[in-house]
Amino acid sequence: MRRAVPTLVATLAGLGLLAGFRTSTGQAVAAGPTSATVPPPTAGATPPAGAPPSESSSTAPSTTAAGARRTVDGSDITNRYGDVQVRVTLQDSKIIDVQALALPNDRERSAEISDYAGPRLRQEALRAQSANIDLLSGATYTSESYQQSLQSALDKAGVR
Amino acid sequence: MRRVELVWGSAISIELRDPADVSVLDEVFEWFDLVDRLFSTWREDSEITRFANGQLEFDALDDNVVTVLELAEILRIDTNGAFDIRATAALPEPHGPGWCAIDPSGLVKGWAVERAAAMLERFGAVDFWIDAGGDVVTRGTAPTGKSWRIGIQHPWQRDVVAAIVSVGNGAVATSGRYERGEHVICPRTGEPSRGLASVTVVGDDLARADAYATAVMALGVDGLDWLANRDDIDAMVITDDEVVWTTPHFARWRVDSH
Repeated sequence: MRRAVPTLVATLAGLGLLAGFRTSTGQAVAAGPTSATVPPPTAGATPPAGAPPSESSSTAPSTTAAGARRTVDGSDITNRYGDVQVRVTLQDSKIIDVQALALPNDRERSAEISDYAGPRLRQEALRAQSANIDLLSGATYTSESYQQSLQSALDKAGVR
Repeated sequence: MRRVELVWGSAISIELRDPADVSVLDEVFEWFDLVDRLFSTWREDSEITRFANGQLEFDALDDNVVTVLELAEILRIDTNGAFDIRATAALPEPHGPGWCAIDPSGLVKGWAVERAAAMLERFGAVDFWIDAGGDVVTRGTAPTGKSWRIGIQHPWQRDVVAAIVSVGNGAVATSGRYERGEHVICPRTGEPSRGLASVTVVGDDLARADAYATAVMALGVDGLDWLANRDDIDAMVITDDEVVWTTPHFARWRVDSH
């Protein structure tokens, strides 16, 4: 398994899909049922109740042997990042796994982190939060892009 | 008091909590103008341009230019050549692995902002920050009485942040490219160094923090190996595929729950 599973939560949420897939650290990243007005996904959400402890299909849920497990392949969707297709595994009506079947080539490649760096760094999912801040650090914005920047908005509030 | 001016093709914002004469900020922005005249690679008459063209001898350089060139050399060695301001000049031989073209303006900016912070402190200012196009120096405390809260820009959503750090006396530098498909080309290999959307470094010196962030950004995913060897650097990296990697000590700056 690759060390970094591409974090498709935001993309999936934007596509109106239901996602809950595992990272290499064993934590599940879950996004709830979505609509067009889905809020930004958050990291560290607890896995769906009843989700099996492993993504291995050989690990049967302890609660039931009769539960119907099935997989559904999503449509191959081309978004601004490239082609994305996912396979969703359901236990009854609960999503227990999402696998990426197709990913844009450079996204796949960019996910690779070495076995050396992986254990020495900490991994988390990207989050989007709006919060009370005094100022902003970001890649250098030009005079033009400053006008649309969050820092510009903060400055408008701060200039007295 | 807050002042925003467009300098170096970017915006510099200064927040000064202490009651101070406006002339203090005038002097700081005059300093930034001087830096532009000395270091702008866009100006044919800047010292750095004339030095690069061989029109100005090293011995004739302004002390400020010599200081920055020396700092650049220290950081080149410190980053195993990943940060090299000479990379934009024509060089006879390629450097070692990971050598990539880097715009030196970030180093100049970081250094100049640190000098500006020292100027404000000499005037007696205690609680303030300077944000130079997304690279930040802070001193003292916010009106809440606590350290300043600095948001780290989310790469693809302009109005939200990816993390929040709390810094009293310190610096936060972020290097990044927020447009997907926009690549940094490594002239040594001709291949794009990609995989990273942004690199943020928190530390006690903006010039150094900016050099580290720029070096990791140019190295791409390989920069994570370099970071993994440096437990003295507190960094947060956002990859193109929306995974966040942080160095072990970065957590001490975080104030968001994570």
